[in-house]
Parts: sequence; structure tokens; C-alpha cells
Amino acid sequence: MSSTPATTTVLKSLNGAMHSMMEADERVLLIGEDLLDPYGGAFKVARGLSERFPERVLTTPISEAGFVGVAAGMAMRGMRPIVEIMFGDFLMLAADQLLNHISKYRWMYNDQVHVPMVIRAPMGARRGYGPTHSQSVEKHILGMPGLHVVAPSVLHDAGALLRAALLDDLSPVVFVENKLMYARRQLSAEGGRIGELYARSSSDRYPTTTVSWEPFDHADVTLVAYGGMVEIAMEAAETLFFDEELVVEVVAPSSLQPLDLQPVLDSLQRSGKLVVCEEGTAGAGFGAEVISRVSAEGFSLLKAAPKRVAARDYPIANTRSLEDMILPQVADLVRACR
Amino acid sequence: MSQPADRGDIANPRARFERDGRPLRTKLFEQMMLIRRFEERLLELFGEGELFGTTHCYIGQEADAVGVINHLQDGDIIFSNHRCHGHFLVYGDRPELLMAELMGRVTGVVGGRGGSQHICFENFYTNGIQGGFMPTVTGMALAEKMKGSGNIAVAFIGDGTLGQGVLYEALNMASLWSVPLLVVVENNRWAQSTPVERELAGDMVTRGRAFGIDAGEIDSTDAEALYGHFGEIIAKVRNEQRPHFEVIHTYRLCHHSKSDDMRPEDEIERFRKNEPLIGARAWLTDDEARAIEARVEARVEAAVRWSREQPFPTPRHLDERVARPAPMAFEASATDAGEDA
Repeated sequence: MSSTPATTTVLKSLNGAMHSMMEADERVLLIGEDLLDPYGGAFKVARGLSERFPERVLTTPISEAGFVGVAAGMAMRGMRPIVEIMFGDFLMLAADQLLNHISKYRWMYNDQVHVPMVIRAPMGARRGYGPTHSQSVEKHILGMPGLHVVAPSVLHDAGALLRAALLDDLSPVVFVENKLMYARRQLSAEGGRIGELYARSSSDRYPTTTVSWEPFDHADVTLVAYGGMVEIAMEAAETLFFDEELVVEVVAPSSLQPLDLQPVLDSLQRSGKLVVCEEGTAGAGFGAEVISRVSAEGFSLLKAAPKRVAARDYPIANTRSLEDMILPQVADLVRACR
Repeated sequence: MSQPADRGDIANPRARFERDGRPLRTKLFEQMMLIRRFEERLLELFGEGELFGTTHCYIGQEADAVGVINHLQDGDIIFSNHRCHGHFLVYGDRPELLMAELMGRVTGVVGGRGGSQHICFENFYTNGIQGGFMPTVTGMALAEKMKGSGNIAVAFIGDGTLGQGVLYEALNMASLWSVPLLVVVENNRWAQSTPVERELAGDMVTRGRAFGIDAGEIDSTDAEALYGHFGEIIAKVRNEQRPHFEVIHTYRLCHHSKSDDMRPEDEIERFRKNEPLIGARAWLTDDEARAIEARVEARVEAAVRWSREQPFPTPRHLDERVARPAPMAFEASATDAGEDA
């Protein structure tokens, strides 16, 4: 598996992975709304694909349930479809397809079929898109048996994760892409370092990356973050290290389901203090799941009550001032980690 | 997806049907009789407390299944719905696997995991969400077209499913991308307890035409007529590699699921006079018909006996699939049953 250069943006990494997969593998196709060049998808992640592979880029009517299901049928008949959902919020239009079809086919058909497909869904706010174009709805699809949920962050190679999700994982995968992250540069570790930070990754198909300002000999807080929250968590960790000499390890899983808890437990061995953050609302969410599992599998590691930082229980506002009030900020994380 | 030669005709109802050298009417009658007796036996078993859950019987609609499915060949796909017993029995001709599935046994079609609403057998699939599988089967047909396999897909839906929005998303894409998909709407005039007049505005056939899809309708319970009608339609879908939408006006003689029938008795009686088995039986001499009925009876009983002996899934079967058993030697069982009688 080729890794993309450290200076690549998340968008280029994803776009490059799709180009190379479609070039090398005729089973791979892309399906979704407004994908054709020169437009190349709402966030331009599909740019250049339809010109090179006109037969395998299917631009669709506005029918999320329909084309997500079409992709499932194609996957069951030997293709490897990538679905692009324009805004992750629209994934819920295909909720029945995920819940009653795609996630169930393999097991309920007695392992006679697989549904190897990836549904790419741009999630997240902070761009002023308002209540129905800014959400992080992935918590609503966590906990569906048979469905994997993967979320790259700047600490991962997004293109490599996309390739693994499509070609190495026979389960259907919802691939959560944070919109703000598209323009960010991927940070890859060299010799266990990312710049001044110390970094380590688990060796899974979907690795968890942990970064710290100290070489993993001591930590004050374990801060679990995924997707777009990883950068905010890293900013909070930097602030706390330089202003207050607190060592915050940021643990960034790339697979939300299934979730490998071991890197979280490893960090808690050092810190004993758990903070979990997410950009969506807290109730029945990812943080709740992490805290529940840590309580069950690593209770003795906890020296303090775990905390979670998430969006407040409002729709996401259009205007910046309200949006900022509703979403979790660096200051919220700094407070929670103290 | 081409099938290995050594698999025989397991996924090729057309080859099996054509290999049977008997007259067309005889073959159609026997297939319909198998569906009828299988389901009548199912209802008895439910009544005796031997089955669990629910079931949706096809009684009255048998002519649709034999009219359509006998034209499908190796690699062709069927996606059916909750009322799928008839479709499965014509496609797979394995009543014992379906009976075992309904009894929750590990050697059932899908090892007891799905029940009859959620089965997969070769290229035959069902799901219990009304219309929800329409995008899936459209994608399957599209994949076959992109692969250049020449295979087609057939979706069976009912009048009730015409209320589901995702159906129209699928029809739109099926037409846009010209996929080899036949949508068969079995209008049995009732959606659970709601008559079609109270669930459907407008016309059925024009729903297909609105998307630029060839569409038609046939009001018949005559299996031979339906067989001829769909022979032409399926050849066209296969040759022209584009969709078709066909409505069969029929009638469900039994309840929606086990015991929820509140339809007017005089209406049921009116349709009972036209039900497919009466007309088909009259094609044959009484002796011919009796011989077929005895054979079907023995076959269904053999399926019941076999299924009763099959084990229930155990914890390891949560993650482990049992290989599909070889076809039941029902001819021998038929002889046994004859002797028992």
C-alpha cells in the first residue's frame, strides 16, 4: 500500500486514492450527485475522475436512498462501488438502506453474499451551512451490526484508509470525512515524531494514532478525538502543555465501529484521566460508548470521573456566533482537561 | 457472473423446465400444485403450533410465479418480497429447504437466520421491507449490464409497494441507465387489510410509463397465458437490455399473514371461481391430475418429515454456515408415502 506524501492535503489524498484504484481495478466505480467534471462533486473530491473513467463515474438523480441501494446491488454482483453523499446529513435519507439492507445482507443471507462498498459522507460544521448541512450524524449509524464506520483525521492517511475500506474490507463501510479537513495537510510520523510531537500508531487496517508532547513516559490526560475534532484536540493539548505544563495525549481512532479500545487503555495507564470529544451532540454518542467501555474494561485505570465534550443540544445554527456557541471549541477541551 | 458447469441447473429454472418433456400445461399445473399444497401444509403446521413467527401465503397467485420464472436462466436474478414462497419454489424447486427455514432449522435456505422473508439462494433474494430492495435489484441489473453478462433481473412487488417512494427512485435510475430489469407488479388488490382503492391514486401502468419504461398489464389467472405473455416480455428485456414494468391483476385468496383476514366473504368467493388451480386442473384428465396431486402431496410431506429431523442452530451457528444439503430424494419418499397410504 503506497502512502501519500506528508505534504498532501486530505482532499488530494482521497482524490488520488480514487484515481489509482479506478485505474488499477475495473470493479471500482463512483456513484453520487454532481460528480461529473468540471464540477467534480460538491467538495471536488471526485475531480478528474469522470474525464478519465466516464463509464465508471455515475452521476445520479437526487435520490440518496436509491443510489446507495443501487451501489449495494452492484457490490453484491462483483463490483466495488464508492458512493459519494453530497452532505453527510443526507445519509439519513438512506437510513433504511443502511439499516434494513446493506448492513444485514451478509449475515441474514447466511454468509452467502458480501456487500463490499464504501459510502463517503462529508460531515461537520464551522462553515456556516446551517442546521441541515453541518451535522455529524455518524452516531446514528454506530451500533448497526454489519456496518463499519471509519473516520480519517489529519493524523491518518485518508487515501490509504479509503483504499483499505474498499479493497480490504468485505463489510460495507461508511467513511466519515470532515469538511474542514479537506484543505488540511495530512501529518505523517517519521521515526515516531510528527514535528515536535511524539506519535505512535496501532498496526490495524484502520490504525489509531496517539500523539503527545512527551515521549509516552507520562501523561496527565487521555483525550480521545476522531475526525475533525482531532485538530481541535491537538490545539488544546498544545495550549495545556505550554501554558500549564499538562501532558495531554490525543488518541485518534480511525475506526469508530468496530472500535479498538486498546490504545485508549494504553494511554489511560499513563494518565488515569479520560476526556472524550466529538463534534456531534453527546447523547448516546461515540463518547458515551468510549466511556461505557472504559468503565467496563478499564475501570481500575480511572483516577477521576471521565468527561465528554460535544455539541450542545441544539440544531447547528447558520450564523457564526451561534454556531460557535453550539459547537465544542478548544476552550471547552482545555477546561475539561484541567 | 458465469456459473461453473458442474453446478448443473440449480440456478436455471428455464433449463429444468425445458428438460421436463411433459406437456406445458402438465408442468405448470404441477408447479402450481406444489406451491398450493406447500402453503396449505404450512398453515396447518402453524395451526398445530409447529411453526414460529408469521408467514405470508401466495395462495391464489401461483400462476404469476410459473408464468414468469420458468423463463429465467442461469445467472438471471430474482428479488422478491415477503410473499415469496411461490417464487422460491419455482426458482429453486427445493421445498424442503424452505420448509426447514420456516421451521427455523440450521439447514434451511439461510440457516434459520432470515425466515422466508429474508432468503438468498443462488441468484434469488428476498427482503421484507416493501420496495426497499428495488434499488438493490436495480444495481444488480446495472452490474450485470456493465459486466456484459447478458443476465437480467426480475423484481416482484405488489400493489401495496406502489406507495413506497424509493420504488420511484429505482425506476428513474433503471430507465436513465437502461438496465435489464423486469418489474412485475402482482396486484392482488389488498395491501394487508387495505383495499387497493384506498391505498392507490391514479393508474398502475402509467407509473412505469412515466419514467419512459415500457409498461403493460394483464388481468389473468391463466398460467399458460401468463407463461406466453412473459416469455415475450423477458426475451425483450434480455435482447434489448432495458427495463420493463408489467402489472398482473390477480387476487390473494388467503389472508395477508397468518390470521388477519377481514375481507368481504362474497368478494373472496367471486375470485375463488377464477383461481388458477381450478382452470389448470381442468386441462388434465382426472387421472393425470390425481397422479400429480399424489406426487406433490408426497413431496410436501417428505419435506415436512425431513425438516422436522433437522437440527436447530446452536451458538456456533451465529458465525458459522452449514453447507447446503444435497437435494432431498423425494421420489423415494413419494414411494414410501404411497406405501404408507
